[in-house]
Amino acid sequence: MRYLPLTPAERGEMLGVIGAAMIDDLFADVPVEARLPGPVPGLPMHASEMAVERHMSALAAKNISAGSAPFFLGAGAYRHHIPASVDHLIQRGEFLTAYTPYQPEIAQGTLQVLFEFQSQVARLFGVEVANASMYDGSTACWEAVAMAARVTRRKKAVLCRGLHPHYVSTVRTMAKFTGDVIDWRAPKLEAEPDTAGVIAAIDGETSCVVVQYPDILGRIPDLAAIAEAAHAAGALLVAVVTEPVSLGLIEAPGNLGADIVVGEGQALGVGLQFGGPYLGLFGCREKYVRQMPGRLCGQTVDAEGKRGFVLTLSTREQHIRREKATSNICTNAGLCALAFSIHMTLLGGEGLARLARLNHARARAAAARLAEVPGVKLVNRAFFNEFALELPADAREAVRHMADRGVLGGVSLGRLYPEEAALGHGLLVTATECTTDEDIEALSAALEGVLA
Amino acid sequence: MPRYFTQDHEWIDVDGDVGTVGITDYAQGQLGDITFVELPEAGAALAKGDAPCVVDSVKAASDVYAPVSGTVTEANAALADEPELVNSDPEAGGWLFRLTLSDAGELSGLMDRAAYDAYIAEL
Repeated sequence: MRYLPLTPAERGEMLGVIGAAMIDDLFADVPVEARLPGPVPGLPMHASEMAVERHMSALAAKNISAGSAPFFLGAGAYRHHIPASVDHLIQRGEFLTAYTPYQPEIAQGTLQVLFEFQSQVARLFGVEVANASMYDGSTACWEAVAMAARVTRRKKAVLCRGLHPHYVSTVRTMAKFTGDVIDWRAPKLEAEPDTAGVIAAIDGETSCVVVQYPDILGRIPDLAAIAEAAHAAGALLVAVVTEPVSLGLIEAPGNLGADIVVGEGQALGVGLQFGGPYLGLFGCREKYVRQMPGRLCGQTVDAEGKRGFVLTLSTREQHIRREKATSNICTNAGLCALAFSIHMTLLGGEGLARLARLNHARARAAAARLAEVPGVKLVNRAFFNEFALELPADAREAVRHMADRGVLGGVSLGRLYPEEAALGHGLLVTATECTTDEDIEALSAALEGVLA
Repeated sequence: MPRYFTQDHEWIDVDGDVGTVGITDYAQGQLGDITFVELPEAGAALAKGDAPCVVDSVKAASDVYAPVSGTVTEANAALADEPELVNSDPEAGGWLFRLTLSDAGELSGLMDRAAYDAYIAEL
């Protein structure tokens, strides 16, 4: 038997069966301008391995990397110290090759890790149950909206203004196909999040209110007040945490009334990695567990009464329930979840609280120093390790000019919200335990320089 | 009170214009231990053949179809805590939901007990 049915005749036959004249017909959904009509212009056809390496190294050297410069970027991806033991442990052969378990019972070690991971996430979020992880924070956020629609049998989601705009995009993309109505407006450069506005948008058709905590500008929304309003209208509260280290210092969303808590786990144990792979976190109240997406690992006893682990409640999943499954996700971010779990285990509850206090102290030092730069105003009344500044000039330009001076000075709101002119002077600045006094001095000097 | 059966192994008891729906003893035996039942809400309008209800067992998640058209009036609340009632007492205490029939004529397409027994004997 051959496994390569790829002769031109066979391809032609297969295309004939599905009614396509040529392979390109299958890519009709890709906009023409996004397709490559031929070879990449200027790219040589052949080069030696050494020559390619040299060329690529020279290209890479044009980047300023997070570790090589004063670094203040955040907005959903955070640079934290990752202990060397995390990388060492995740690379052990027993762990490294174990992806989501498709023959779960023989992978007891992997299942135990997932069980521990779930327990950590549930405690961190203040919810009763958490799954074995999702792809990333934005897809977890969409899955929460979809889950709330199943629970409430309603199809209107109210997204707070302070939800990360990339998460908003993901939700809108998916909602195009499910028909959920998405209510969202861009944030304003104000000291407090728009709690009254969120509450006013809730009505009898609302499936859920989605609130980022801390929000995109680093502000801390009043979850308890929003939870009360949502519940009074029969809607769920979905809390989104993009910086889980913050929960070492501020109250867990589940304890403030959130019914579903999702987030991005990258900050704990996973590097910036050019934007991925990351780690979606997902937890909820136990009464909604049947509507929860994703893999779920449970603890049980075997025939001899010994502790063992199994994948449980699989009838929620697509391989059993087909099109009626809670989600098409039948996997988890295994290696990133492992790194998260190991880092969390090394920290412990006290370590996490200490790390969180340190982050907050560094951010306070940075905010105090930057507010002294002429013309610069601190927007937030409260923040954890990230805050917004209002500059007297366009922040995108300022960021570019600071990079020319060797400082990665933050994320401009103009980059996140290119269509919102009112946010053009906004700059998000993040400080973590990695931020030194010298870094803060370098940033304030660079900012002063580019604004002068 | 007449009882009718479907080829999908639901039964329906009809009392006036009110029908009570469940799955048959044969069906529960095929499904194995039932762990959860997803029930419709009162007020849901069903067309014959809709799937308002899902029975989860350790083996599978199975749709339960509406044997006739109508409006749901009540679901069996006892199943929330005791889904195993569908195993132990499928054709009485383990009923799933009640509905008001919108077209009693649809009953004529269903089987009686003797016809259903003959049907499953062939399976």
